[in-house]
Amino acid sequence: MTTISRRDWLLTDRPASRRQARLGQIYRTWLTFRGNWLAMVGLAIVLALIIVALFANVIAPYDPVIGGDLRTARFLPPLTGNHLMGTDDLARDIFSRIVHGSRLTLMVVVLVAVIATPIGLLVGTSAGYFGGWTDTILMRITDIFLAFPRLILALAFVAALGPGIENAIIAIAITSWPPYARLARAETLTIRDSDYINAARLQGASSARILWYHVTPLCLSSVIIRVTLDMAGIILTAAGLGFLGLGAQPPQPEWGAMIASGRRFLIDQWWVATMPGIAIFVVSLGFNLLGDGLRDVLDPKARK
Amino acid sequence: MTADGGRESALLRFLWKTAKLIATVALTFLGLLVVTFLIGRVVPVDPVLAVIGDRASQSVYDRVYVELGLDRPLYEQFWMYLQKVFTGDFGESFLTKRAIADDIARVFPATLELATIAIVIGTALGIPMGVWAAVRQGRLADQVVRVFGLIGYSAPIFWLGLLGLLVFYARLQWVAGPGRIDIAYEYAITPATGLLLLDSAMQGQWDAFRNIFSHIILPASLLGYFSMAYISRMTRSFMLNELAQEYITTARVKGVPEWRIIWVHALRNAAVPLVTVVALSYASLLEGSVLTETVFAWPGLGQYLTNSLQNADMNAVLGGTLVIGAIFVGLNLLSDLLYSLLDPRVRRQA
Repeated sequence: MTTISRRDWLLTDRPASRRQARLGQIYRTWLTFRGNWLAMVGLAIVLALIIVALFANVIAPYDPVIGGDLRTARFLPPLTGNHLMGTDDLARDIFSRIVHGSRLTLMVVVLVAVIATPIGLLVGTSAGYFGGWTDTILMRITDIFLAFPRLILALAFVAALGPGIENAIIAIAITSWPPYARLARAETLTIRDSDYINAARLQGASSARILWYHVTPLCLSSVIIRVTLDMAGIILTAAGLGFLGLGAQPPQPEWGAMIASGRRFLIDQWWVATMPGIAIFVVSLGFNLLGDGLRDVLDPKARK
Repeated sequence: MTADGGRESALLRFLWKTAKLIATVALTFLGLLVVTFLIGRVVPVDPVLAVIGDRASQSVYDRVYVELGLDRPLYEQFWMYLQKVFTGDFGESFLTKRAIADDIARVFPATLELATIAIVIGTALGIPMGVWAAVRQGRLADQVVRVFGLIGYSAPIFWLGLLGLLVFYARLQWVAGPGRIDIAYEYAITPATGLLLLDSAMQGQWDAFRNIFSHIILPASLLGYFSMAYISRMTRSFMLNELAQEYITTARVKGVPEWRIIWVHALRNAAVPLVTVVALSYASLLEGSVLTETVFAWPGLGQYLTNSLQNADMNAVLGGTLVIGAIFVGLNLLSDLLYSLLDPRVRRQA
């Protein structure tokens, strides 16, 4: 099959099978997405982050934690020898630390998404589906969590749980789910009384089954867009916690903590604090661009 | 129904809606208290040891344990906590050995001053940029504003702060460094409002005023940039909404000059939801201030909170969190009220 005919097969007006129609739909979405070059840049950055995190061992030329010779290799400026981004106060290669730090960043983002999305979906769909008191109570709780600025609440939780990257992840997850719950509730309200839900109910399906198999899948796409848009915020919050010394602990190569330790040498060795910041900036810009693009493509309401 | 009766019942409905809003806010505030109380209970720090130190005898320990009410059931402890908070008693800071309410009152003006200047900068730049982007939708100007905003959404504020210090303070020496004021001027001003710019201006201390301004301008511009990113994006979308309305076409047909259509007809209608946006970003400046104040050694609420956190001073952390939460809720309420006051459609629906 040549490329042209495969394209025709995907874009046909009369799909022969359900699979062809679905693949065609995905392909059309992809074509719209591809037309948005900013979104493509975002996608490239996010893919690069994943690849760098997976192959950190191969990409990083030096060890991220153990430094070189403290007498000769401290504070080497960028582009000296093999040190693309220079070395820090403990003679560690900054580039290698940033490469390894991408694993921590990716871990934070993935774990927060994995913890917060199901909580938000569960709370939101239950509130929307059951209505009445369940709705009132669940949404009141959601509002209380929304009433705190996110970073402040995460700070208070980390203070209670103790510093460390695991606790930072838990704290960020606890503060991230409320918007997802709101969104899932709104989506659930629009489909709660539709015919196919009633049909499922008449067939004797349990509430749990209806929620899980019939309601949740329909809320998923809008929640996923929202999670993607939030990922930049999650990265920035995690970096902020790290910067304040409440997230990842030294010698872990977390980007926010690296900025904090480079801060002391800011005036004379500017690169120690600057380089990790560039990494945070590029990655969260990538997630923002990707999220924006996804919203334009997948959310019919945002389409102009 | 007479016109008067209609207006009266509209007023009643407005009052009813306000009452309902206040009830919701009260409930939310109670929730805030529950959350801070529960966080305070799960802390691994023993509150008794924090008060008496670890060398006191067992009998002292037991006495303080009872004094703090730790032997009572949880709901009684919560009731005690409520009573204390409502009398303005957040406990004593282990760090400064002062009442936390006093500490917060002392540091709050610094944050207020910073956030106010930041929101002025953010609004003054954000609204024109949003309008400009909407008018030139899809063109170069629109893209520039969008990318400028995206940078604001993506850059860590503490990192930009450090870069700002490096470039504008250390290298170019355009602004003063960390802190609110140079030591030389510190005692020249008698504290009145705690807002140093205001104090120094009222006392005619113009040298001190210049010094304070040179300290505040960098952190305030930085925070202002972040609220500008949000305000310009929202302005753009509100303006696009308005510019697509029919009254704009009518105005054009009538021959109203284009600048008047944009800046008077459309912007006036877009201003109603914008009030909410500005109020919300004013609230979120409190959040941004935690990191910014740490970078700029700004002696405000954010730095107080961070200092307490790093020293496991739990009373101070929870007190600060509660105050910020309360301000957040208050500003949300204010923006809701303003919205229903300014928008006749919302007023009528109420």
